[in-house]
Amino acid sequence: MEVSSEYAVQMHGILKKFGVFTALDHVDLDVKKQTVHAILGENGAGKTTLMNILYGLYQADEGGIYLNGEEVKIATPTDAIKHGIGMVHQHFMLVENFTVTENIILGDEVCGAAGVLDMKKARQEVQALVEEYGFDVDPDAVIEDITVGMQQRVEILKALYRGAEILILDEPTAVLTPQEIEKLIEIMHDLIAKGKTIIIITHKLKEIMQSSDECSIIRRGVYMGTVNVKETNETDLASKMVGRNVNLTVEKTKAHPGEPVLSIQGLTVKDERGIDQVRDLNLEVRAGEIVGIAGIDGNGQQELVDAITNIVKAQAGTIKINGEEVQNTTPRNTYTHSVATIPSDRHRWGLVLPFAVSENTVLERHVDEEFGAGITLDYDKLKSYTTELIEKFDIRPSGCEDERMSGLSGGNQQKAIIARMVSAAPNLLIAFQPTRGLDVGAIEFVHKTLIAERDRGAAILLISFELDEVMDVSDTIAVIYHGQIVGTYEQGTVDENELGLLMAGGGAK
Amino acid sequence: MDSIILLIGITLMYSTPLIFGALGGVISERSGVTNIGIEGMMVIGAVAGASASYFTNNPWIAFLVAGICGGLVALLHAIASVSFAADQTVSGVAINLLAPGLALFLCRYFFDGAAMSPIVEKMPKVFGDSWMAGTVYSNLNVNVTTIIALLLTIATWFVLYRTKWGLRVRAVGEHPAAADTLGIDVYKVRYVCVILSGVFAGFGGASMTIGIISQFTQTAISGHGFIAMAAVIFGKWTPFGAYGACLLFGGTQALTVLLGGGSFPIPSQILAMLPYAMTIIVLVLFVGRSVAPKADGVPYIKGSR
Ligand SMILES: Nc1ncnc2c1ncn2[C@@H]1O[C@H](COP(=O)(O)OP(=O)(O)O)[C@@H](O)[C@H]1O
Ligand SMILES: [Mg+2]
Repeated sequence: MEVSSEYAVQMHGILKKFGVFTALDHVDLDVKKQTVHAILGENGAGKTTLMNILYGLYQADEGGIYLNGEEVKIATPTDAIKHGIGMVHQHFMLVENFTVTENIILGDEVCGAAGVLDMKKARQEVQALVEEYGFDVDPDAVIEDITVGMQQRVEILKALYRGAEILILDEPTAVLTPQEIEKLIEIMHDLIAKGKTIIIITHKLKEIMQSSDECSIIRRGVYMGTVNVKETNETDLASKMVGRNVNLTVEKTKAHPGEPVLSIQGLTVKDERGIDQVRDLNLEVRAGEIVGIAGIDGNGQQELVDAITNIVKAQAGTIKINGEEVQNTTPRNTYTHSVATIPSDRHRWGLVLPFAVSENTVLERHVDEEFGAGITLDYDKLKSYTTELIEKFDIRPSGCEDERMSGLSGGNQQKAIIARMVSAAPNLLIAFQPTRGLDVGAIEFVHKTLIAERDRGAAILLISFELDEVMDVSDTIAVIYHGQIVGTYEQGTVDENELGLLMAGGGAK
Repeated sequence: MDSIILLIGITLMYSTPLIFGALGGVISERSGVTNIGIEGMMVIGAVAGASASYFTNNPWIAFLVAGICGGLVALLHAIASVSFAADQTVSGVAINLLAPGLALFLCRYFFDGAAMSPIVEKMPKVFGDSWMAGTVYSNLNVNVTTIIALLLTIATWFVLYRTKWGLRVRAVGEHPAAADTLGIDVYKVRYVCVILSGVFAGFGGASMTIGIISQFTQTAISGHGFIAMAAVIFGKWTPFGAYGACLLFGGTQALTVLLGGGSFPIPSQILAMLPYAMTIIVLVLFVGRSVAPKADGVPYIKGSR
């Protein structure tokens, strides 16, 4: 592609290596002025790396960057800001205990003499910006008190305050409710009308269709081409992204629920600061059904799971597994009641990364007679058992029994956890964010496994921040807001908008 | 009444070295670098202050020299923990182990092998040396270092909360990556803060050896740096909070002195434990509840995820 002033951003032949690993292999990107340009790729494809290079956080090993047809060198974020580039990072770069205004001016402060802050003037400038773009943000609010959607708008304001003409949004919708996503897309179109150019990174196809003009696809660090969004569809984009045909719909038969396996009555759980995170919550999961809990992160999901698995104490209420109360006992007691858990953070809770794969597969079961007598472990048995699991669940690379868990990719680590949990044939399987950070292929596998477990007769409690996942996989959908279940529906009887409203606290009881 | 005035006077006196140390802790930890080497830096300040006062006969110059020497030791901590992302606790412990030995070595070197310095010139008292001499009120005639400590507390507060540098320091201590993406040099901010913390700690050591007593001894600084660290936590990482906490600890020490002098039926060894016991009690009660800067103790490595 020619270098031309028609384009706000052009990156040509970008090569980036981390050690021996090639994250970007001569990638091209051409973004027309005043358009929304999507970058699509699976997790780990190199999207963030490419944008970090544009923003000066990383240096490309080869290749050139051109803005409005002129070659530029971007060595630091300061350079990028000078060239009118702003970036909203996937994980927000906000100081949580600062106010909105403080976050926006940080590094480019409004000062009187001798570096003394002029907060009054700063506040006015921020307020003017808020009004110009019609954002609903209070300049005096503290970041930790405002919603994620608002935090994101603060990030956008940060870029606009520095005079950004080109705005990079890295996975901006991952943390938003459907309504907030709609609002964001509105904002994006507004910014385009005001002359800005936007680059949006995502792996959500639907949003590309709604928001973007063009879409560039990266697969494992290789540029796969750019398509005009009007001339394509979701299935087409998906297969370009993964390199094979994928089934985007979840296939399953009708559920045949049996007896209740998990029943929770009046559960209240406090967090470490003494604030109620789960409030008087009631929930039932029966054998042979998948109950999905939809909700935004931080509405008590973590505490709910921690209470069921006895990692934290319940302040009030009962948790029964197959009719027996288990609350306020020990994690092992939950486990011996045939409960298996796929934790939300596999590195923190699910695995011991420096241990071998085979050691990881018996983390709960190392005390079982099967794996050794007394205080000893039978390593041969461990290994043969792990080999079985590796084959059955297609954990790669095959023959990784003695390798450290940290050497496996995220998808295979997740498979290892699922293999361990499912092989115990639990009565209750708790899946908390089971597809977090996985690519489309691995997600398909996880969903199939959950449904197979259901068909075996297990009760499944699925908790996810991805509304689509809850809607596609669950037989019953419950919405959690502020530590309470605020609505329960059978699959197919409710739409995204209604759930989104409940998730955001609209229509709360 | 007399004993209350005495208590106030001694409290101010004993809290002064703690305040300097605690301010050092605040400034360093606010930028995200744990500095348990405060104790060692105070020891170095103590020996440097006494020696410089001996050789120059000018306690003001000696006070500055103590600050510079504390800052130099802190530079080591900064190099290890900021540039090389070393474990900050280990680096601090190393300084605490090294400093007393180094201090003793310097003392023996300067003073013909003696383990303590001769009596040296002290910093002046606020109202001159003879104010109300002989009455109980002379106890309120505090050393200037006590006033310097108060002024430094106010200055630290002002810089942290009212200037752009303070905003940046706090941002770097909470979320260094965010500061980095806005073009703030995280390493530079941390270097400056760690070195300043050493300067403050050096002042603290000197305020003991040329403010309270007038010589360097091996036990001049014995745990003051650690008490100062507790004051940082108890004071919620704010200058005035730390100041108040130091007054509390200083007050406990004053109480020890007062009770120990009288006919109180408790062995003085038990009384001497009071400040340290108080420290532990306060830590047990408050450590869980106070909020440290989020990035405190976490080395920042550019581009790591
Ligand atoms: N700082 C880094 N050090 C080593 N490897 C990295 C680093 N940043 C990214 N990678 C690797 O580069 C690849 C692309 O990562 P990333 O750009 O974050 O992907 P995406 O944003 O598309 O999900 C991944 O395999 C990731 O592990
Ligand atoms: Mg990414």
